[in-house]
Amino acid sequence: MKYPYFPGCTLYTKAKKLDEAGRECSRRLGFELDELPDWTCCGATFPLVNDYHIAMSGPTRILADTKDQGGDKLVTLCSVCFNVLKRTNYVMRTDEERRAKITDFIERDYHGETEVMHYLQVLRDDIGFDQLKEKVGKPLEGLKVACYYGCLLLRPVKEIGLDNMENPTIFEDFVRALGAEPVEFPFKIECCGAFQTVHSMDVATRCSRNILNSARNSGADLVITTCPLCQFNLDDRQPEILKSEPDFATIPVVYFTQLLALALEMSAADLGFERNLIDPLPVLQAKGVVGD
Amino acid sequence: MGDVLNLNVNESVDRTIAAEPVIGPCAFGNLEELESVPLDRRVMVIGGGICGITAAIDLGNAGYQVVMVDRLPSIGGRMLQLSETFPTLDCAQCTLTPRTVETGQHPKVTLKMNCEVEKLDGGPGDFKVLIRQKITYVDWNKCTGCGTCIQKCPTKSAAMFERDAGLMTAIYTLSPQAVPNKPVIDADRCRYLTKGKCGVCAKVCPVGAIDYEQKESLFEVNVGAIIVATGFDVYDWKNKMPELGGGKIPDVIDGLTFERYLSASGPSAGAMVRPSDGVEPKEIVFIQCVGSRNPEYHKSYCSRVCCMYTAKHARLYKHKVRDGQVYIFYIDIRSTGKGYEQFIQQSVSEEGIIYIRGRAAKLYEENGKVMVQGADTLTGRKVEIAADLVVLAAALVPNEGALELAEILGLTCNKDGFFVEEDYKLSSIETERQGIYIAGCCQGIKDIADTSAQGSAAASKVQVFLSSIRRQKQNVV
Amino acid sequence: MKKLGVFVCWCGSNIASSVDVDQTVAGALKLDGVVHAENYMYMCSDPGQQKVKDAIQEKNLDGVVVACCSPSMHENTFRKAAGSVGLNPYLLEIANIREHCSWVHANNKPVATAKAISIIEGALDKVKQNLPLETITLDLTKRVCVVGGGIAGIMSALDLADAGYDVAIIEKEPAIGGHVSQISTTFPYFQNVPELLQKKIAEVEAHPRINLYLNAEVDELEGYVGNFKVTIQTKPAFVDTATCTNCGKCLDVCPVLVPDEFNRGLTKRGAIFRYNQSNESQLPVIMQGDCLHFSEEESGTGEKCSLCVDACTENAIDLSVIRFLQEELVGAIVMATGYDLYSPTNLPEYGGGQIPDVIDGLAFERLLDPKGPTAGKIFRPSDGQVPKIIVFIQCAGSRDPERHKAYCSRACCMYTAKQARLYKQQVGDGTAYISYIDIRSDSRDFEEFVQQGMEEENLVYVRGRVAKVFAEGSVLKVYTADTLSGRQLEIEADLVVLAMAMEPKNGVHELAKKMNVTIDGDGFFSEAHIKLYPVESTTKGVYLAGCGQSPKDITDTVSQALATAGKIQTMFSNDTLLADPLVAEVKEDVCSGCGICVDICPYGARVMDDFKRISAVNQAVCQGCGACIAACPNKACELINSTSRQFIRVIDDFAHKTQVI
Repeated sequence: MKYPYFPGCTLYTKAKKLDEAGRECSRRLGFELDELPDWTCCGATFPLVNDYHIAMSGPTRILADTKDQGGDKLVTLCSVCFNVLKRTNYVMRTDEERRAKITDFIERDYHGETEVMHYLQVLRDDIGFDQLKEKVGKPLEGLKVACYYGCLLLRPVKEIGLDNMENPTIFEDFVRALGAEPVEFPFKIECCGAFQTVHSMDVATRCSRNILNSARNSGADLVITTCPLCQFNLDDRQPEILKSEPDFATIPVVYFTQLLALALEMSAADLGFERNLIDPLPVLQAKGVVGD
Repeated sequence: MGDVLNLNVNESVDRTIAAEPVIGPCAFGNLEELESVPLDRRVMVIGGGICGITAAIDLGNAGYQVVMVDRLPSIGGRMLQLSETFPTLDCAQCTLTPRTVETGQHPKVTLKMNCEVEKLDGGPGDFKVLIRQKITYVDWNKCTGCGTCIQKCPTKSAAMFERDAGLMTAIYTLSPQAVPNKPVIDADRCRYLTKGKCGVCAKVCPVGAIDYEQKESLFEVNVGAIIVATGFDVYDWKNKMPELGGGKIPDVIDGLTFERYLSASGPSAGAMVRPSDGVEPKEIVFIQCVGSRNPEYHKSYCSRVCCMYTAKHARLYKHKVRDGQVYIFYIDIRSTGKGYEQFIQQSVSEEGIIYIRGRAAKLYEENGKVMVQGADTLTGRKVEIAADLVVLAAALVPNEGALELAEILGLTCNKDGFFVEEDYKLSSIETERQGIYIAGCCQGIKDIADTSAQGSAAASKVQVFLSSIRRQKQNVV
Repeated sequence: MKKLGVFVCWCGSNIASSVDVDQTVAGALKLDGVVHAENYMYMCSDPGQQKVKDAIQEKNLDGVVVACCSPSMHENTFRKAAGSVGLNPYLLEIANIREHCSWVHANNKPVATAKAISIIEGALDKVKQNLPLETITLDLTKRVCVVGGGIAGIMSALDLADAGYDVAIIEKEPAIGGHVSQISTTFPYFQNVPELLQKKIAEVEAHPRINLYLNAEVDELEGYVGNFKVTIQTKPAFVDTATCTNCGKCLDVCPVLVPDEFNRGLTKRGAIFRYNQSNESQLPVIMQGDCLHFSEEESGTGEKCSLCVDACTENAIDLSVIRFLQEELVGAIVMATGYDLYSPTNLPEYGGGQIPDVIDGLAFERLLDPKGPTAGKIFRPSDGQVPKIIVFIQCAGSRDPERHKAYCSRACCMYTAKQARLYKQQVGDGTAYISYIDIRSDSRDFEEFVQQGMEEENLVYVRGRVAKVFAEGSVLKVYTADTLSGRQLEIEADLVVLAMAMEPKNGVHELAKKMNVTIDGDGFFSEAHIKLYPVESTTKGVYLAGCGQSPKDITDTVSQALATAGKIQTMFSNDTLLADPLVAEVKEDVCSGCGICVDICPYGARVMDDFKRISAVNQAVCQGCGACIAACPNKACELINSTSRQFIRVIDDFAHKTQVI
């Protein structure tokens, strides 16, 4: 089964490991991510500014390309790309005036035919978590995982509709399929600070600290995420947190595809953990998930 | 009184064209029908607004003889002055007129207009009410309601019904659809009565109904129960709140006056115009809680209906002036009735009305605009808007004379002049005097739906009371 | 040969300024059958009506057309006038030459005049084919059924009973009093409600005219206004009220423990329990669904528990009693079913249903009740400690169109202020935060009540919606924002009270279907007109009061309840009911018995005659809406005096006329 695939800019650069692990896992699970040729940046939430239609041309073109190449589903791994593409698609499907304006501008015929999916959705709806469980060669027993959703994966619920936005379970079900133990913590859907990290770093640092403390206090060994920006704020900003809070106990943050890769018996050495600021290997080794 | 309005409207335009039908006379002449039934079948309703009307119709349909007393020349009360009602935006006249017509035509309802209650004697089941009929200078027993006198009257001056925004003749009916549709003369504005000149109405009246020598009359009505439904008036913000222009800025008006402008039978035939120059206003500022929620200087209570009617005004304005901009200054938005919350939300999301949370402190004129100085508590900043028109949701108070009426009837009023009920929770209609009931805005400001319900509730209490008297007489439990 | 009269009204200048009324009369006289035509300035006035009456009598008219304003204004007026001089009222029709003519052709007199004549001709042709009709007289049973024994049902029933009518109150629970019996003090005067309520309940119980059905629900409703048959199903309580001495021994021995609904889960009860534990005079009842005896009986396992039966020294418990049905014949029905609180489990972000110290407003009322589970002392449910910081969250589930209820629940701002004030009066060194969006304290003395709360009890009002509540150890973390200072807030609270949305009672959809009453999208009963007929449903004879119609406080609920009593007394003041004869009728030889009309009728006026195998009309219920006429594929259905044939004639009249005279 081939899925047209939109990696997005960050998955080519900083979040390379999210992408590579994702592709390899998909092969092992029996489906293929077929990268969309000649794709462009999704715009990273900028196109969703309400009255600026031109910014939506990019995402619309991506969706139209998918359709024209015969695909009816477009899969993404990055939460931000997923959010932008899905919400652009919602406008295409429900707002006739804007759709007409934008498609006229880019000279394409598109009415929202493409279905935008997140990789997790493929696992849940097309593969099925039960099937996934069977394919897991190395259940991650004993590993306590805090599933951090962030904002863009779930909200706004009317346009995204992936899961219940106050009490989602898709990530936890995924973790259970891998044999690990998901840990409930109150901050699993709170914002990490997102782009505040650029100009008001203290805001992002504070948000991230709350999330990490909450995860750890609920008993988690590590945190998983699906968004490169969340990953940056939660992982890369931990030194900043330590600056203002020397007692802060660090906790590793990894991409969910990396965890999936481990469960599907890929070698930890290939998963790029060296790029994590807080090294996950010690805890993974301690829990017997990774050999020495 | 007040400035005579120059609206640039063609003076020969007859208001009656745009309005509802003119109703003929109805049963109001004498008290014979009332006196033909025993006391336990007779009820007096003081106040002919929607509340009194609802009670009167309910009681009339139940076989009771009702005498409805009102100080105005016709029934309908405040609803007659409204253009549309929330939350459905139904035309007020269309919902009210069938009721006023029904009341006027009801075989069991006698209307006594232009009357005031003078004295009360007797007790529950046997009240003797002394009524003073004011001088109207028109003999209603002869008048056919043809309207010729109104057409010929040369005086046109600012009228109370139109909130001084429109002109009325000195001999007038409150509106073209008045029930009863018989005119009265306003002695203060009539040329004959003030200066001895004119007398045209007497000359043209085909039945000789004009009587400049008419005297006041007193008559007694004997009833078993009384319902007080005297309604409300607008707070005197012009005199009491100089910071809002003191009534001297023509483009600062209150909500009820704005209703007249919105109304198709109003001073501008429904065209959206500024009082000062007749130009269409492009920016309107509505200020809620004017005189309400102000325990230090004005009224401490909330007038309950303003949030809804202000949103209604804003929406009706936007329907007429599509490119107009509306700002509403508020403290809390009170939209608790059925469908009310959704009404407010629609105003914001669909009509683009801007709500500013804060009070407006000061109004003054500058370059033909009204400058509004207020605050936006959500941004913590001061706000200044140059508006074309400012509409004040002024506090609503019990109608004039409530205190005097309370004394006459032996009822209590609270500090704000509202009649006090026996129990706020379980009986907001009964008073300390058995047989006398209160309903509607005279008990506490409320909207039309709640007023209607209270009117019917009062009718229920009257029926229970009087039927118990009947059963006692028959020795039936 | 018909002798018809035409009366053209000037309507002041409403009609006369656009329509030439003299020409209209002249044109009317030329029409077939017209023997009299005149115009007058105000036809509806007394002199105008007299002209109609005189002409009918002098010229022996057998049909009249009054050309004037809309029939909704004066059709009844003129019909009554005609009836008073011997002409059947239904042989009079209104030709609307105002809304349909003069008002829309104000600038074209010739066209307007010609059109007016056409309209009159159409009306005349209709009159020619009209049948003389009599109003339908219906029997009237002067008894009332009140569904719901809360404060609304109680107040309505008392007025009706005091007025001399028999009333049956059907109450689902083992006792009447509704939610008001869970409250101890009311706003805005801190009144002692139990005293007031007890008085009213005692009046109801003692009243010779009131028949109380407890543990009962409506099983079926048949009939129509004035003639309803209500079948009531009573669930057994298994405790004989005549022999039970209320000693309470049975309560001690019951092994079952389930959350007590009256105390909102704060306490537990057995399967045999007193519904309102703070009312010692209430007798115990058994909830069959919780009772082991019945579940064991069903599963066929072991000994059927009968500990209570054994403990009872009076033999008052009989577990063999079964449900039974009873009937009441009534003329009017009052729906006073009240509300339920939207479940806190719908708000997991507040820990609703998960965190024991997050409770709803009614649960807090139970804490405040001096006769309640904590004797009126406010304690945390989890550990019995006195909470020092309480966060009251308003609008929990209300004003949330995206995910919960779009409407406002009206009473919460006031009861929250009351609860917070009472808390502060009890725990002087405590802090009460109230999270709000708008404070809705709009009735008389409400504003002052809230202001006093802020000034005297130092209630802290925080304007903003609470985003999240979660437990951290024994502390509740409340994450909210203060929109007035623009800051985020984190409050560490001991107790959180949710002012949950008020929604219609569970089961209202099925009930509404049974009662043939319309409900709106939120499940509240629909009134006939929100302003003018707020307590009448769209079904004749069924009235609405209280929170079943929309959320409101006690004062407004009682006003509505009394209003229903008033309306019903008005209806009962006559011995019969009159129904409009302009209803549907079935052409029996054309009807194929397909039954489409039965489904289509919004009033339940169409039934299948099983013997004749065709459709029939219950003319007492039919409102003449015409839906069945449109739906019938065989044209077997017609509206009396508005038949297709009549209208085709009218349309022909218009189609064959030229525009200008």
